[in-house]
Amino acid sequence: MDTFLYSLPVIGLLFQVVGYLIAILPTSAPIILRAATPLGFGALCGVVCERSGVVNIGIEGTMLTAAFTGWVVAIAAVAVLGPMAPGPLGITPTLIIGLVAAILSAVGVSLLHAWLSISLRIDQIISGTIINIAAFGITGYLNNVISAASPTSAGQFEKFRPPAALMDLPFVGWLFTTILNQGPITISLLVCAIVLQILLFRSRWGLRTRAVGEHPKAAETVGIDVIRLRYRNVLIGGVFAGLGGAFLSMELSNAFQAGQTAGRGFIALAAMIVGRWTPIGGLGAALLFSLFLTIGQTIGFDPPTGQLGEIVAALPAQVFSALPYLVTIVVLAGLIGRSTPPAADGRPYEREATA
Amino acid sequence: MTADSGPGMRPDRPPLSGRISRERIGRALTTIVLPFVAMLLAVIIGSFFIYAADLIANKGAIDLGKPLTAYGALVKGSLLSFDAIVATLKQAAPLVFGGLAVALGFKAGLFNIGVQGQLLMGVLGSVAVGVALADQPVFVAAPLAFLAGTLAGAAFGFVPGFLKAVSGAHEVVTTIMLNYIALNILAAFVSGPLRVPKAPAPVTFDVGHAALPIFLGKTGHVGILIAVVAVVVVWWLLYRTTLGFEIRTAGANPDAARYAGMRPRRLIMLTMTFSGALAGMAGAGELLGVTHQTQTSFATSVGFDSIAVALLARSNPLGIIPAAILFGAMRAGAGQMQIEARTPRELVDVLQAVILLVLVVLPVIARALGGRGARAIPVEAETITKSYASESVTT
Repeated sequence: MDTFLYSLPVIGLLFQVVGYLIAILPTSAPIILRAATPLGFGALCGVVCERSGVVNIGIEGTMLTAAFTGWVVAIAAVAVLGPMAPGPLGITPTLIIGLVAAILSAVGVSLLHAWLSISLRIDQIISGTIINIAAFGITGYLNNVISAASPTSAGQFEKFRPPAALMDLPFVGWLFTTILNQGPITISLLVCAIVLQILLFRSRWGLRTRAVGEHPKAAETVGIDVIRLRYRNVLIGGVFAGLGGAFLSMELSNAFQAGQTAGRGFIALAAMIVGRWTPIGGLGAALLFSLFLTIGQTIGFDPPTGQLGEIVAALPAQVFSALPYLVTIVVLAGLIGRSTPPAADGRPYEREATA
Repeated sequence: MTADSGPGMRPDRPPLSGRISRERIGRALTTIVLPFVAMLLAVIIGSFFIYAADLIANKGAIDLGKPLTAYGALVKGSLLSFDAIVATLKQAAPLVFGGLAVALGFKAGLFNIGVQGQLLMGVLGSVAVGVALADQPVFVAAPLAFLAGTLAGAAFGFVPGFLKAVSGAHEVVTTIMLNYIALNILAAFVSGPLRVPKAPAPVTFDVGHAALPIFLGKTGHVGILIAVVAVVVVWWLLYRTTLGFEIRTAGANPDAARYAGMRPRRLIMLTMTFSGALAGMAGAGELLGVTHQTQTSFATSVGFDSIAVALLARSNPLGIIPAAILFGAMRAGAGQMQIEARTPRELVDVLQAVILLVLVVLPVIARALGGRGARAIPVEAETITKSYASESVTT
């Protein structure tokens, strides 16, 4: 009974937390999904790679390369073709050229990772680390050089505007706003995650990928080309990382900054693990992280009321900026026993010598 | 298999014959020659980047001698005067600590990407104690403040070790998260209890007498000497103690370590704590030796450069010193290069990346293409981190 009485204030506080979340959710939800976009794409990249047995901690560098290349090619296209009036969604031919270049550059970086880790069988974590260091250095250097020339911006992808009637619907209107009132890359994340989930668990490619990730030798025995499949998956992962990177410099903003990914590639990796190496799970974990990230940002200028408000006001602001990272660690440490990686994850595959 | 040339451990030593000495020579040659090949290639590739910058800045006009000007300034700013050499050593000291922290982890099969966060905790610990002891005699204040930074780093290194040992949470992910948490902890303390009252922007007091004494030129602090001592201590720990043997065995072959009755969980926690302590020393050295106070953010790239240093040194504690001096020299000379040649200082990051790439890739290619002799080339760190699975932990 005593324990119950003591727990009453805690329960009251819990209600206040839930109440606060419900209060801010409709306005914050679109921001949360936007913040989750690069994380979600990074997680999809991780899932495709690791389900086939290739650890990719170079996602950060891959996204950074894509963000830079997309921006630089788009401004170069503007310099050559001249500025153009944006069409629907802010789309211009120059932006499309930039987006394609971003994806190609990410696929190129992924090819390097694939070559190093699959063909040369270098430790996959080392290979990823080198990619991160190289991408940071090269994009930082070139960004410095190019920004000095103050080039004309190529603009950015704009949000889709669904009919107002849909967004104003009672109770569910905010949900439509969240999903549809977004830029093309964000909307495509939701599509990609669902499609990838289905392909991974319902298609021949998915079955082969999982087989190679769990037991490459057995897969090889039934005629699957392990090396080729791994190459293909790492390159597909590059497409996702490319979209995540392009989002940063072409949809969230209209310019590249040195170190623009700011650790998002690593957080994406954590999201993939928390999401148990599934596309939808990775997306969910990315949304969870972004939820806490957004709370950390909103709580400053839109603080809760009552007891909860007093507690919030008493804590240093940094507690809330650290919140998403703390939650990730707690979830990771709590989940990991039940979150099992593919059995052959991170192991280079060596064909047995045949006579 | 990781070829381990340390004197303490000679695994599966084949019978003496002519071939072994040739392997030994090959190994020694690659350890010494390879870094120079990597540097040469970095300089050549770096030249293209310098030309590219020149081309954009001057709208098409190319100065063919530009790389010479840039590299000349880089060398001048890092080696060609007494002050420049002191600057290089000062830049190298935190890289030695950080490089040792990463290398120690590598030896145990752990990848500590959390050097940055542990370093920031070292900054926090040493500034907190340093400010408190600012009026005490130097020989009391400085060692205690340095120790506080070391312990704070150790505590912050213990956390991912503990999490890995208990729940199997992979250190690559937890240490990265902890880097962001450390950033916020430091900011919270500097804008809270450690803040100078009425200062316009949050900043701490000066550490006063807790500052590390200067022994070389005008700015060469004792942290440089402590870094050299740390190298010897880590070498001794790894190659002359039972714990070091266990750490290396657990890193090279976790299964063998378990069958031999070593306790992986304990080793993981110990190694991460030691690694964190070394990273904490990097932070304490920077704060007590260079900045003497801190703002809410402590700007440094040591955390990530340390990984490059450890890879360049092939995780060998003795190799950390030349590797750290090389990268320290580039950092020290970057400012001069930017002023004299107008080459962005980020060129150093490019050079660093090329050196690493060549160093890791070249031996593998040489081994694949070459004959018997080439196969003796050691490929360090072939399997640093096997997977996210907790298999190496479960006993």
